[in-house]
Amino acid sequence: MAAVKETVDQVLSIDVDKYKYGFVSDIESELAPKGLNEDIVRYISAKKDEPEWLTEWRLEALRRWQTMEEPTWARVDYPPIDFQDLHYYAAPKKTAGPKSLDEVDPGLLATYEKLGIPLKEQEILAGVEKGDRLVAVDAVFDSVSVVTTFKAELAKHGVIFCPISEAVKTHPELVKKYLGSVVPVSDNFYATLNSAVFSDGSFVYVPKGVRCPMELSTYFRINEKKTGQFERTLIIADEGAYVSYLEGCTAPSRDENQLHAAVVELIALDDAEIKYSTVQNWYPGDSEGKGGVFNFVTKRGDCRGKNSKISWTQVETGSAITWKYPSCILRGDNSRGEFYSIAISNGRQQVDSGTKMVHLGKNTSSKIISKGISAGRSNNTYRGLVSVGRKASGARNFTNCDSLLIGNKCGAHTVPYIESKNASAIVEHEATTSKISDDQLFYCLQRGLPQEEAIALIVNGFVKDVLQQLPMEFMVETQKLIGISLEGSVG
Amino acid sequence: MLEIKNLHARIGDREILKGLTLTVKPGEVHAIMGPNGAGKSTLSYILAGKEDYEVTEGEVLLNGASILDLEPNERSVAGLFLAFQYPIEIPGVATMTFLKAALNSHRKAKGEGELTTPEFMKLVKGVAEKLNITSDMLKRPVNVGFSGGEKKRAEIMQMALLQPSICILDETDSGLDIDALKVVSEGVNALRSPDRAFVVITHYQRLLDHIVPDIVHVLSDGRIVRTGGPELALDLEKNGYAAYVANAAA
Ligand SMILES: Nc1ncnc2c1ncn2[C@@H]1O[C@H](COP(=O)(O)OP(=O)(O)OP(=O)(O)O)[C@@H](O)[C@H]1O
Ligand SMILES: [Mg+2]
Repeated sequence: MAAVKETVDQVLSIDVDKYKYGFVSDIESELAPKGLNEDIVRYISAKKDEPEWLTEWRLEALRRWQTMEEPTWARVDYPPIDFQDLHYYAAPKKTAGPKSLDEVDPGLLATYEKLGIPLKEQEILAGVEKGDRLVAVDAVFDSVSVVTTFKAELAKHGVIFCPISEAVKTHPELVKKYLGSVVPVSDNFYATLNSAVFSDGSFVYVPKGVRCPMELSTYFRINEKKTGQFERTLIIADEGAYVSYLEGCTAPSRDENQLHAAVVELIALDDAEIKYSTVQNWYPGDSEGKGGVFNFVTKRGDCRGKNSKISWTQVETGSAITWKYPSCILRGDNSRGEFYSIAISNGRQQVDSGTKMVHLGKNTSSKIISKGISAGRSNNTYRGLVSVGRKASGARNFTNCDSLLIGNKCGAHTVPYIESKNASAIVEHEATTSKISDDQLFYCLQRGLPQEEAIALIVNGFVKDVLQQLPMEFMVETQKLIGISLEGSVG
Repeated sequence: MLEIKNLHARIGDREILKGLTLTVKPGEVHAIMGPNGAGKSTLSYILAGKEDYEVTEGEVLLNGASILDLEPNERSVAGLFLAFQYPIEIPGVATMTFLKAALNSHRKAKGEGELTTPEFMKLVKGVAEKLNITSDMLKRPVNVGFSGGEKKRAEIMQMALLQPSICILDETDSGLDIDALKVVSEGVNALRSPDRAFVVITHYQRLLDHIVPDIVHVLSDGRIVRTGGPELALDLEKNGYAAYVANAAA
């Protein structure tokens, strides 16, 4: 009980300074004028030297968006966003992409260093190979991809991994075929906004029968003052292909809220598999809930082919507001979708996250493991939909949703929706809510662990099932990150 | 080594310790016996720094310095260990991981670096084997699904690993079968040394047959009402607490 009281006291004192990545790098930027209209969309498209079809595609999205309203159904609360008071394009002042590290802005490299980009990525950026395991990094700095490495190695296997702006030029037929095929232009308010103004992101294509020889990894970073961030990622695994993709993010601290509305589309054809892992630790805002990133993301995977598989693993520790539901459309027969999630909220953070598993094909299966941890005065909601279509005979879902509360001023909510139109479907749902007990804490302390370490240990135990899903190289970092994000949640 | 002077403590409105005084010198083994609800576990929790209790009067000194203002983890690294009457489960945290975190906290407090994994494994295997703890148990989450006896053995293993200077054992014998009682007692006896002291809380002489105490106390209604040698425990076993409890009330 006393521990709980201290928790609350401590949470009240969380400070901006505690955010490890709170710095602003001073690379000069090129900004679009504030506001959003046809001219701005044309400006962005022109900046990127895009083909006519894409400009039209964007304009169509803009027209749709202008008729749409911001959704209000999520359990999040924030002041209205003035969408005309934002910049929709920012790029580091650099025209041609760098050919080598020497050409990369030293300020950018310094930023990576401060970000604590793991040694292995730094080595790779420096061109060092590490055993037989390689990681390719496509770093997105603000809106334009600046560094892409290991392209040659990937090219040898026919894997395309590049900024989507580049893919538009080099592989227009692929982009044209798949862009918006999973998340349609008018899917939802934020996705439509993204379609109109998306600036850059990653493009991955793994050809038939190819197992991508390395983990693909991207670090996102929001840097410009008042810059909307609209990443667009498109990943295609052709028949029998396999790819594992890692996305990690940090952002500097800001007084004004920063809007982030990304769209990620995954397509798995027959017998293909995509594993998509995210570690998100954007600035969560200060103790009063001021500042922090608004994260309104649409992530969806389409198991388009038979026997295909898509799995989402996410570790969400940052952002002031998280609105995110990585989903799987299980279209192909025998396809499989998985969602593993750790969502940690502290301070005044608000998380409304979960998944949608849409069973359309026969004998499709899905698994959802969600671990929500709420501390401080935060609110953490799991929102999940399992839907089974008329033709999806033999569909199976297993859902397990556990919530852990630290202190007594936070909230945890579970909102599962189940819609089944096929009587043969088996849908299982388990949910638990628990608290870190004072007895557990006392026991750890009695053995010499300081309180924060004790909390981190107990929480890491709670999320173990999901941690194990992360690629090895992310696991250790993530365990540390969990500790960092719970700092200040106790005395 | 451990000096408890006129300790008064309450939980909520209820006074549980009512002027308890006890001095434990290095190398000594003290047994505390007493009826259910007398305040034995409460005493152990207060010594370890559990927050639910409010100390209203008195002092607790460890090696001459007051510990009442220290956090539980600070008391732990200062050398105080409590083997719990009811060990706590921590789901998802492998026992091995837990031991490593605990040991590293102690090493850090002493200004020592972390052990390498092989060094650590060797150390743990050494203490675990002596207590018949299998490597399978070390992989399982802390106390989760352990039998009553396994939990108690695990407590003593932790104690052996952390090498505390004052060990408080709260009914470590309860739940142990005859063989386990022997194993645990041997584990404790192996740790006996001139610079380490034990406070053993128990209801039964059979533990004291194995861990022979220097001094036996009767704790009743929040106070030590009688202190004697090992023969006091034998007397209690035969005649019960009636005489002492009546004394206390008088
Ligand atoms: N959290 C609490 N709230 C109210 N009363 C409590 C609390 N904890 C302990 N007590 C009371 O304090 C008294 C002493 O309890 P304690 O557990 O110390 O006894 P004990 O001597 O260890 O008994 P046993 O031999 O049964 O283990 C008991 O009457 C108990 O009910
Ligand atoms: Mg007791």
